[in-house]
Amino acid sequence: MRQSWLVGVARHSIAIAVAVMFLAPFGFVLLTAFMTSEQALTSDWWPSSWHPENFVTIFTQVPMLRYLGNTLMYSVLATLFMLLSSVPAAYALAKLRWRGSNATFVVVICMMMLPPQVVTVPLYLMWADVGLTGTLWPLILPMLAGDAFSIFLLRQFLLTIPADYLDAARIDGCGEWQVLLRVVLPMARPGIAATAIFQFFFTWNDYYGPLLYTSESQEHWTLSLALSQFKHLHHVEWNLVMAATILVMAPVIIVFFFAQKAFVQGVTLTGVKG
Amino acid sequence: MLSFLAPALIGISVFLIYPLLSAIYFSFTRFDLLTAPVWVGLRNYEHLFGSDQTAWKAAANTLWLVVFLVPARMLAALGTAMLLTTVKRGGSVFRIIFYLPALAPPVAATIAFVFLFNPATGPVNELLAVFGVDGPLWFDSPEWAKPSLVLLGTWAVGDLMVIFLAGLLDVPKPLYEAASIDGASSWQKFRFITLPSISPVLMFAGITGVIQTLQFFTQAAVAASVASGQATTGGGISSTFGYPDQALLTYPMHLYVSGFRFYDMGYANALAVMLFLVAFAVTLVLLRRFRVFVTGGERG
Repeated sequence: MRQSWLVGVARHSIAIAVAVMFLAPFGFVLLTAFMTSEQALTSDWWPSSWHPENFVTIFTQVPMLRYLGNTLMYSVLATLFMLLSSVPAAYALAKLRWRGSNATFVVVICMMMLPPQVVTVPLYLMWADVGLTGTLWPLILPMLAGDAFSIFLLRQFLLTIPADYLDAARIDGCGEWQVLLRVVLPMARPGIAATAIFQFFFTWNDYYGPLLYTSESQEHWTLSLALSQFKHLHHVEWNLVMAATILVMAPVIIVFFFAQKAFVQGVTLTGVKG
Repeated sequence: MLSFLAPALIGISVFLIYPLLSAIYFSFTRFDLLTAPVWVGLRNYEHLFGSDQTAWKAAANTLWLVVFLVPARMLAALGTAMLLTTVKRGGSVFRIIFYLPALAPPVAATIAFVFLFNPATGPVNELLAVFGVDGPLWFDSPEWAKPSLVLLGTWAVGDLMVIFLAGLLDVPKPLYEAASIDGASSWQKFRFITLPSISPVLMFAGITGVIQTLQFFTQAAVAASVASGQATTGGGISSTFGYPDQALLTYPMHLYVSGFRFYDMGYANALAVMLFLVAFAVTLVLLRRFRVFVTGGERG
């Protein structure tokens, strides 16, 4: 009895130590964001005086609002377009029987696994031909034609919906689009939410895409791209870089806390069940 | 049927098959964007395998990350997931805390790490000094730059941890109870019950981890740019790629530089074709090993 109590204490101590290691970087970044620029260059970790105005200064020194607007446009449109195109595709792959559905799904998996750099040059040339390089549209428009990872994830969710419900609707005379809209969509809401959050986070965090298409046209930069250049742009100081870092992190963490359950369920489905 | 899949089929043709075929075609040409591509046969591949030292350095760096980053992340994910299964009180709080770093946008997390691991003023080396350890130069040292990225990757291990945790919770409890009655030690339970039960999950995570690491770009690019502290001159951020001393130059970064800094599109596509062959081989291993993954186990 006494021994198991000791084991419990030991386990909690390890868990607390690990938790401190995971949280410490956030703490240091947050504290530095409140320092003066001079103190941020020292090895102090506690602000000698607090400067919340740093969070305002970054908006005046750098066009943060424009970068925020660009990022929101990219994230919101990419997520909406992805849902419009990928939900029906996932439905056809999960719930309809047809020749070649497994083969098509294998192609979707290959597309999902393909390193984006392989097709970067031909795609860049394609978008240059239609004059859209220098904007975020080469990253947004393809979402109208489906996103391989989202199709994969949605299909894994849809597989868990029992076929009986769909058959019942079909017997009642529903066409396949009606089955999708009236029966599948309401039941798949958590899966759709998780996929949408993934897509939103991916575009919010995306660096490679905006770097490739907009690095030469600063008025189209996203927050991630701007943040990576922050220190060089206006000789901005570390305290301001850390304040901007917090601002880029914050929305992701807030969204996570509101949609934690759907999100964790989604992450779990990206693995494979044994 | 077709009405459901039409957008995706267009996507597959326009954004997968067409660019793949053009990449293969361009890889046999000399092409600088300004003039039409000129057929040069195997010359780009001869350069790649014969004289481009940088390509080999970049491939070696990417291979290094595959060998060290993937296992480090898997060990950290398994360790934290197992810790979570044993913690009785406050488990959900610990789960959120362990998961949190995986949410930090990669650019933001990388900048934070370069700051924390600053050799002169960062808290990490200051803490090491308390214990009498003379900390390394981390992101400024050719030897320590890649290990620093491994630390960053293991910090943000939460997504993998959640997957492993689900796998661990799926292991049937009666197996452990039976083993306890037979007097099995904790190690024996781990070795003969836990590991065999979750090995498909581990295998899947390992293979997809390799494919993700082949694409490793953002963290290496941002770390090099921020740590170098140089104002980016012509060539933008790619002028700092590889800092320090090519230690952080990954294969996809070399591809990017060849194409978009030196406008050598033919050669960049030869690099792309090689990357495709490697990634495709790994994907085939995944598909062969996990057929269930494709058929969905006949549910629905």
